[in-house]
Amino acid sequence: MNFTLKIWRQKSREAEGGFKTYAVKDIPPDASFLELLDVLNADLIRKGEEPIAFDHDCREGICGSCGLVINGRSHGPHKGAATCEQRMRNFRDGEEITVEPWRAKPFPILKDLVVDRTAFDRIMLAGGYVSVRTGGAPDANAIPIPKPVADEAMDAAACIGCGACVAACKNASAMLFVAAKVSQLALLPQGQAERVERAERMIAQMDAEGFGACSNTYACEAECPKKISVTHIARLNREFIRAKLI
Amino acid sequence: MNRLTSFLTSSVGRKLLMGLTGFFLGSFLIVHLTINLFLFASDEGRTFDTYSEFMASHPLIRPLEILLFAGFLLHMVVGIWLWWTNRDVRRERYAVSGASENSALSSRIMFVTGTIVLVFLVVHINTFFIQSRFFSTGKTMYELVSETFANPWGDAFYLAALVFLGYHLKHGVQSAFQTFGLRVHSYRTLIDWLAVIFWLLIPVAFASMPLYFLWAHLTGGH
Ligand code: HEM
Ligand code: FES
Repeated sequence: MNFTLKIWRQKSREAEGGFKTYAVKDIPPDASFLELLDVLNADLIRKGEEPIAFDHDCREGICGSCGLVINGRSHGPHKGAATCEQRMRNFRDGEEITVEPWRAKPFPILKDLVVDRTAFDRIMLAGGYVSVRTGGAPDANAIPIPKPVADEAMDAAACIGCGACVAACKNASAMLFVAAKVSQLALLPQGQAERVERAERMIAQMDAEGFGACSNTYACEAECPKKISVTHIARLNREFIRAKLI
Repeated sequence: MNRLTSFLTSSVGRKLLMGLTGFFLGSFLIVHLTINLFLFASDEGRTFDTYSEFMASHPLIRPLEILLFAGFLLHMVVGIWLWWTNRDVRRERYAVSGASENSALSSRIMFVTGTIVLVFLVVHINTFFIQSRFFSTGKTMYELVSETFANPWGDAFYLAALVFLGYHLKHGVQSAFQTFGLRVHSYRTLIDWLAVIFWLLIPVAFASMPLYFLWAHLTGGH
């Protein structure tokens, strides 16, 4: 398959960025979007040009490193898949594809398609953990957790922290990310000890990082590669109200 | 900052204020509509005028009016504040927008629909409230209503405003439930039906009034 790629190039955090157009040829339909960029980069290196910088690691949708806005969609058109899981067969042969980095004030662009997502790390440091000693793995029957609750917590825990929710939101709100992290621990017994402060602190940090407020457009759920539901945002709101009332 | 102000100025706190004031304004719509429905009593507006008189003169109504005005003001101020800060976070726009594929238009233009409702409100309050309360028009409220609605351009303006109000509430009602943390799976159908009352039924009921008077005017009924 052949494609015309319009890719955002930016030398550094401070530099002005802009689009550059590249033609790529003979891409196998089963190639992933990142492999498409690999082919292009190999070509650029051969020609002595600067390769395109983009984040990636596991290339199997579990690490959350990759993340590109492809034709206006976080992680591209195929639902429930990270950029590394997008296959070129989901695009038309000869299509012009626009590739941009996540755009949000709290995610400054470092180079080309790479953004600084340490704002998420700081939100996690504010409360996305359990500090009580949980010891070794307890006997499975020692702490009974109903299956639906365990499932719901697991759905929230599927968040890979890629930032697609922020990238998709018109307000660059981080509510789905924070909701997934808070929800996962609020549902489980191990998370109870710090439940109140967690919601309070993580939202305070989210605001301090400069993420926008949620307008409930639900664009985040639509673009999440792990299909995390906005019902977790409803739970986060409940947790926050509860924290403020206690 | 004290605990309450830090709560209410946080991103979630501000959204709660939007939801609470939004619901308060929604409750006002119900009261307003109920009284207006007396326009349809076939008594040349006697019942309607009695109610208008009551609303204009009863001492308990004044504090309620002030509360309503404050509710509007708070909803608008916080709405503009949210819109302004949210806009700033996304100064760098995408070259290609995928918004239409991941979210409803009504959810993305709340500020626009809200502002149109505001423009309507200014005109609307001037036409009826200010005229009757502060200027002696010498007309009963019923006469004022039937004259105003005899003008097709005025009616068109009313109907357009109601479309935008409906659109504001199409997103607003379920959004407020989500903000309160109540939009969980088991309540979604209930919330969606409740929302229909607000975004469809109430605007349609309001729309029936200008249409009724226009029709009466055109057929010489009044
Ligand atoms: C009868 C009149 C009105 C009613 C019943 C109403 C109702 C609502 C409701 C229920 C919400 C949802 C709140 C939430 O998501 O938690 C909302 C949101 C909003 N309203 Fe109104 N509203 C009215 C008039 C206005 C006016 C005059 C403005 C003018 C600025 C306005 C601006 C907004 C904005 C900007 C939002 C979205 C806030 C956000 O999520 O970012 N509204 N409204
Ligand atoms: S590279 Fe790990 S999720 Fe895409």
